[in-house]
Amino acid sequence: MITEPTLAQHLGEVIVDARGIEKYFGANHVLRGIDLEVRRRQAVMLIGRSGSGKTTLLRCLNFLEEPTVGSVEIDGVRIEADPLRANARGRQEQIRQIRLRAGMLFQEFNLFPHMSVLANLIEAPMRVRRIPHNEAVTAAEKYLDKVGLIEKRDEFPDRLSGGQKQRVAIARALCMEPKVLMFDEPTSALDPELVGEVLTVMEELAHEGTTMIVVTHEMHFAREAADTVIYMDEGQIIEAGPPEQVLGEPADERTQHFLRRFLSSFPDRQGAIHDR
Amino acid sequence: MTSAVPAAPILAEIEAHQRRARQRFRAQSASVWVVLVGGLGIALWATGNINGDFIGKWGPFIIGGTWITILLSVTSILFATALAIVGAIGRLSENAFINGAASLYVSLVRGTPLLVQIYFVFFALPQFGIVLPSIPAGIIALSFNYGAYMTEIFRAGIQAVPRGQREAAESLGMPERLVMRRIVLPQAFRIIIPAIGNDFVAMIKDSALVSTIAVQELLWRAKTVGTQAFRTLETLLIAAVVYWLLTIVFSYFQEKLERRMAQGDR
Repeated sequence: MITEPTLAQHLGEVIVDARGIEKYFGANHVLRGIDLEVRRRQAVMLIGRSGSGKTTLLRCLNFLEEPTVGSVEIDGVRIEADPLRANARGRQEQIRQIRLRAGMLFQEFNLFPHMSVLANLIEAPMRVRRIPHNEAVTAAEKYLDKVGLIEKRDEFPDRLSGGQKQRVAIARALCMEPKVLMFDEPTSALDPELVGEVLTVMEELAHEGTTMIVVTHEMHFAREAADTVIYMDEGQIIEAGPPEQVLGEPADERTQHFLRRFLSSFPDRQGAIHDR
Repeated sequence: MTSAVPAAPILAEIEAHQRRARQRFRAQSASVWVVLVGGLGIALWATGNINGDFIGKWGPFIIGGTWITILLSVTSILFATALAIVGAIGRLSENAFINGAASLYVSLVRGTPLLVQIYFVFFALPQFGIVLPSIPAGIIALSFNYGAYMTEIFRAGIQAVPRGQREAAESLGMPERLVMRRIVLPQAFRIIIPAIGNDFVAMIKDSALVSTIAVQELLWRAKTVGTQAFRTLETLLIAAVVYWLLTIVFSYFQEKLERRMAQGDR
């Protein structure tokens, strides 16, 4: 990954180090040799057409998809791709160690519908990290407050709007105190008027120095919040650099083409950040 | 804005009208039941074949079998549920041995008559030196049988839980067993509660089959008393009415439970 000297100073040590990631779905070559390095406090935004492999890359990082070739290291836990023994017992435990370090946010939020908001937040901290109930509740309330939903503490997910659900999901991920947060198109399933509240929370996290990788179509959000923007196409990283470079003066023709087409097909998205 | 004001009384009137129509429909439908059942009862009585004194004398003994029927059904549905959870997890297991054992269980049980299974437990197992009293034998056979059918229900329920739920839980670092126990199974339960209710009502009726191994439940009592006194009409009528009332009562509760589950996805 390209990191300018000034940026490298502001950032910390390497948290995510993925090397040579290849992924096939059957004969379909979805990822073609991805190297990705993310440092502490770095906010990386992955952009690109649908089908370019952004989501698959994210899912490979925490082994929701097993890469066909390559290795992933997150906060010192390193796993080599090994599709032939993907479900071996000892390996599952290693994968779990990676997942404990990488919080994941989904397009569809995936809150647990049979649990209250608070129960959603304290479930994993109590049962996985073995944190005592009262401490888990205190932490949960802190993060709920952070996403502005403390008053929804005892509601069930079906009583929340999509934007509120995603904010609760963010709080739930934060409760595990991960080293990096990974967002898979967190606002794509939302009604347009609810996008802003989620992006605000994410922007705040980025400015506080949360390490994050975000797959997004929100270009203005990327420009505001990213340290690094990566443009992907056909399973490869085409261009990576600070947002003003990749979004402002893209060097590669494919990036230029993508941005031109994107902005002409979603003119309203240009105002997404300023409208709220 | 102004048009909404005169509309309000009409809306209330329409609603009241619809409510009255619903109530009338329900009352009429209920009276059809009363008339038909009452008419049938009177007609039976009029034939002179029903001996009231006999019913008065033996009715309480036969109805006493209801408790055995309920005991059998409740105990068996509980065991069957436990078996079904294990069976369903087995059917979905990636371990070929566990998967094979679970699918054999389902195939074997669904491929043989319940009556054969009941006989097997009560009459055949003693040849291996396993002699069971009739009530435990009946419970074992019923649980074993319903467990297999419910295995398929549970399997479908587990598969109906959205994939994202499992992925979210796994992404939080929850190990597989915990994901199943805390996230998947509770949601699967919600989905299949109506089906379990159906099976429970069916179980109440199928429990009559264990009368054949001398469990002194409702049907056994009706048959025994009836054949000895040559008054099978009365005793079978009593048994039938009790089964019928039992299923009505449980169906009512089941419907209430279902409606409560449907309120919000909680």
